Amino acid sequence: MDRPYDNRAWLLVLPVLAIVAFSAVIPLMTVVNYSVQDTFGNNQFFWNGAGWFKELLDPSSDLGGRVLSSLGRNLAFSGIILAIEVPLGIAVALAMPREGWKVAATLVLMAMPLLVPWNVVGTIWQVFARGDIGLLGYAVNKLGIPYNYVSDPIAAWVTIVAMDVWHWTSLVALLCYAGLKSIPDAYYQAARIDGASRWAVFRFIQLPKMRRVLIIAVLLRFMDSFMIYTEPFVVTGGGPGNSTTFLSIELVKLALGQFDLGKAAAMSIAYNLVILAVCWVFYTVMTNLDVERPQAETGAAS
Amino acid sequence: MLDLASNFAWMAWTPQTGLFFAGILGLLLLMTGLAIWRPEIERIGVLGIPTTRGDRLFLSLLGSAFIHLAWLGLSGADLWWGSGLSLLYAAAVFRFV
Repeated sequence: MDRPYDNRAWLLVLPVLAIVAFSAVIPLMTVVNYSVQDTFGNNQFFWNGAGWFKELLDPSSDLGGRVLSSLGRNLAFSGIILAIEVPLGIAVALAMPREGWKVAATLVLMAMPLLVPWNVVGTIWQVFARGDIGLLGYAVNKLGIPYNYVSDPIAAWVTIVAMDVWHWTSLVALLCYAGLKSIPDAYYQAARIDGASRWAVFRFIQLPKMRRVLIIAVLLRFMDSFMIYTEPFVVTGGGPGNSTTFLSIELVKLALGQFDLGKAAAMSIAYNLVILAVCWVFYTVMTNLDVERPQAETGAAS
Repeated sequence: MLDLASNFAWMAWTPQTGLFFAGILGLLLLMTGLAIWRPEIERIGVLGIPTTRGDRLFLSLLGSAFIHLAWLGLSGADLWWGSGLSLLYAAAVFRFV
């Protein structure tokens, strides 16, 4: 195992590098260039140094305040959907059938929401939740509960959270189901012989076996919800007011609505850095999970 | 040369960002050279995960970006101090991670 790496094979990925440079690196470099300048259009730029970043990180400025509050909303949204989707996904996975024709039927049914394009999900819920023609909105209003996602921030949040849960709980459930399927029957037989309760079976057999897929699920859902744009944009457009304006919606407003390229660039870089950091954690956790290492090796830090 | 300049006008290059990216490119080339002429083995540091020089460079750059942002947000002092702190951080990453 202590053989040095020979990285010369990396030369073979040069064509990919060229394509990535064209499609990602060069645009990203341009964003960095924009982030330190101001423009009034017509490809005329003026040096602004770290000015946009200072403004971005100053909550008392307009830009900083908007970014900070949309970051707060985004984190709240991610927290809420994780708190709902993960336990719900586990529960659904536990309830799914293990054998017979029902397995295929359930899997197809569960995969359905995942196949619907984002903007269609948004449109479905935009109509579904309307008070005048939407089934959900009409029914809830008829029950005597005031519900109008266009004017009430709480209703808007409920709608968006419900939509995300509808769209993505399947993913968590399917991942958990895969984790559950990998548990050999012998574990359950041993538990039955020991007279383990249902809870003990879950806590000491199923949950540990699902740990790996749960980490994947949590990180995937966090990343996705942290970058969410299309669905809330279609349903609420960031409103009422700014109550569902998440980071990406704010960013698009800055870049395309106000054409503040400098501010938008600075914000994209900060946003991108957060996502890059989370991605790194994701990748590191994924690749190092369940890797057994002899204790002696850990000591050789220097 | 003039043609090249007009073709890349949309990228809005500045000398400062040019230097910045030249620095990153230089680091990548240095890493490539080191990987060819001084091959290494992974080692496990304070994070408990095996890392190579490339991993440590990535962590240094990413961390430095956050240090610079934090410096801008929290301290009114000159940003170069933040850069100095980033260098210290990078040195620590290369030594201990």
